[in-house]
Amino acid sequence: MTSWLLLGATEGGLFDLDATLPLMAVQVVLLTLILNALFFRPVGRTVEEREGYINTSRADAKQKLAQVQRLQADLKEQLKDARKAAQMLIVEAEQESDALYREALAEATASANAAREASRRELDSQRDGALGQIQADSKALGDLIVDRLLAAQ
Amino acid sequence: MLPLPLALPLAELEVGQHLYWHLGNLKIHGQVFLSSWVVIGALLALVFVGTRKLERDPRGLQNFLEFLWDYIRDMAREQIGEKAYRDWLPFIGTLFLFIFVSNWGGALLPWKLISLPHGELGAPTADINTTVALALLVSLAYFYAGLSRKGFRYFEYYVEPTPIMVPFKIVEDFTKPLSLSFRLFGNILADELVVAVLAFLVPLVVPLPAMLLGLFTSAIQALIFATLAAYYIGEAVHESHH
Repeated sequence: MTSWLLLGATEGGLFDLDATLPLMAVQVVLLTLILNALFFRPVGRTVEEREGYINTSRADAKQKLAQVQRLQADLKEQLKDARKAAQMLIVEAEQESDALYREALAEATASANAAREASRRELDSQRDGALGQIQADSKALGDLIVDRLLAAQ
Repeated sequence: MLPLPLALPLAELEVGQHLYWHLGNLKIHGQVFLSSWVVIGALLALVFVGTRKLERDPRGLQNFLEFLWDYIRDMAREQIGEKAYRDWLPFIGTLFLFIFVSNWGGALLPWKLISLPHGELGAPTADINTTVALALLVSLAYFYAGLSRKGFRYFEYYVEPTPIMVPFKIVEDFTKPLSLSFRLFGNILADELVVAVLAFLVPLVVPLPAMLLGLFTSAIQALIFATLAAYYIGEAVHESHH
């Protein structure tokens, strides 16, 4: 047990450097080559391909989003215009119907007035006619009465 | 003299003993390679299963692997910079994964169940050979990174901000691998020793907090090693603005 850490012991020892060293180095170099071919290169390619794919997809999505936003703004503008046009149409139609209503009302009032006027005039003329008739009749009757009275005397 | 509890047969400590394999007249530490193969096998299995069918919408294990990749990329990018990090991502990532899985494997797998004729299985990073190998790879990497990116202008780095810095920067080239390797080696070995000693003295419950702390240290050490490696590479490829 006491010779554990003895340096330079004839056989063995902790610091026993021998052909293990170069062979281990060769082994590690070979391992590096094999791992490069089996692990680092393929996995790196996969990861980088995925990174590329994600980047292009993201750029694509961004472009699409911008397009969508542009279209949305466009549509909003169109909608606003359409609303304004509809509002104007409504106002116009209201004004038009109002004008039509007034016109019709005025026409009807005028024709009613004319009809009233006409009937009053007719009434007046008939009354005048009737009055004339009555006067004529009463004059004739008076004359008759006078004649008869005179004749009886 | 009081009888020390060292004779208890509950646990045994073996430090500095290795399972030697002989390749020609070279000696190598067999237990380090055995456990490193387990670590490498686990890593390769995870990666192989997880990347069999990669999809754009990740599912299951792919999520985990992508999380790992992302984590390592952030680490590399932060330290090395946007321009050069791609070239060094696999190296930094491999360092991090190998050290992390080694450390946690050493702490979590019941290695003791497999007994070797000499030495014992454990974290490969508890052997100085592994950590020195990793640290020297980092040194080579940052020299190569600087020279390949800037040519001989790389050596301008040694005279910045003033030429007085030259000796310090040269010393730094030696202290960097030294500190990298010893930090990792020391932490992992010390953690294993603390747990082993505690388990040796009180086999139940008491070592648990030390084990938890060991898991934490292991993760932090992997992160530190990879981050520092990335930082050194970043320093080498950094273009100073005149």
